[in-house]
Amino acid sequence: MVNLIWACMIIFGILFAIFNGTMNEVNKAIIESAGEAVTLSIGLISILVFWLGVMKIAEAAGILKVITKIMRPMIVKIFPEIPKDHPAMGYILSNFTANFFGLGNAATPLGIKAMQEMKKLSGSDVASRSMITFLAINTSSLTLIPTTVIAIRMQYNSTSPTEIVATTLIASLAGVTSAVLIDRYYYKKESRRK
Amino acid sequence: MSWMTTLSMWFIPCFLLIVLVTASWKKLPSYELFVEGGKEGVKMAFSLLPFLVGMIVAITILRSSGALDALIGLLAPVLTLLGFPPEVLPLALIRPISGTAALGMTTELIQTYGPDSFIGRVASTMQGSTDTTLYILTIYFGAVGIKRMRYALKVGLLADLVGIIVSIVIVTLVFG
Repeated sequence: MVNLIWACMIIFGILFAIFNGTMNEVNKAIIESAGEAVTLSIGLISILVFWLGVMKIAEAAGILKVITKIMRPMIVKIFPEIPKDHPAMGYILSNFTANFFGLGNAATPLGIKAMQEMKKLSGSDVASRSMITFLAINTSSLTLIPTTVIAIRMQYNSTSPTEIVATTLIASLAGVTSAVLIDRYYYKKESRRK
Repeated sequence: MSWMTTLSMWFIPCFLLIVLVTASWKKLPSYELFVEGGKEGVKMAFSLLPFLVGMIVAITILRSSGALDALIGLLAPVLTLLGFPPEVLPLALIRPISGTAALGMTTELIQTYGPDSFIGRVASTMQGSTDTTLYILTIYFGAVGIKRMRYALKVGLLADLVGIIVSIVIVTLVFG
């Protein structure tokens, strides 16, 4: 799907330029923007190195574990079909915590582990209620600090690159809350039909 | 709403303070840990590079040809009526489909309109507050061999819609 969208953007742009007489601008844009994208990616290194470095310390210092403990009672309620001490619960919690701290690379393998444990619980190849809830929360990305966005804002000389931290947190909280609510709604709707 | 900008400003330094105090208390080698984690950051930035080049070039072609402005101009009357800034529509549409594509679009919007403009702030908030629904569903369901997703896609996309709407509303409220 991305392949199609990407190709169409370029094809449509070039075709439009032919009729609009803007080929000169397009030609310039191709060369210049590629260079700019490289400069940007290199610029991202600064904050990514800093944040992932700090997170490594936080992980070793047990700060992630504290957050996991705080979240536990709430998460247990969101997943009524998973027994409290089942390994699935542990993986779900670690996955949420890793996502919360922007550790996407660490979160994905934990998430897959969680899915495997949930599959053992349901024992079928149809998505279980817990799986859908888990993924619904994952897709709304509750992140403490949107590192990459801050880095990009820095690159384009924002007077306050971090000013969007609070708005992002509120928007993602709204996203997560609605994900849980919408998930409940569809679950109830489907179980009523049976 | 100025407390919210203050909160944003204090957040990172205070977090850093807590982390380092805790680590020193537990006698951890903070500096070594930092360097070790930082190496992953270098890898991450380089792995993003080809994605950003591909997507930013594509959007710049669309914009410089005049096609993007024509499209936005076409939809603008309806969107403005709904209170939706037409400039961020392409970003809102691609956000659930591809994370790196959305990152490229956010970058282009920040570059074109400025990071401290209304559009720049909405784009930043939108990019940070939702994740790539289709990618997540494909990866996770694929990894454990789930064949029927049931209502998972509907829930994910509706939650994205809420996130996008809230992004616009909250940026309007906080920054006016």
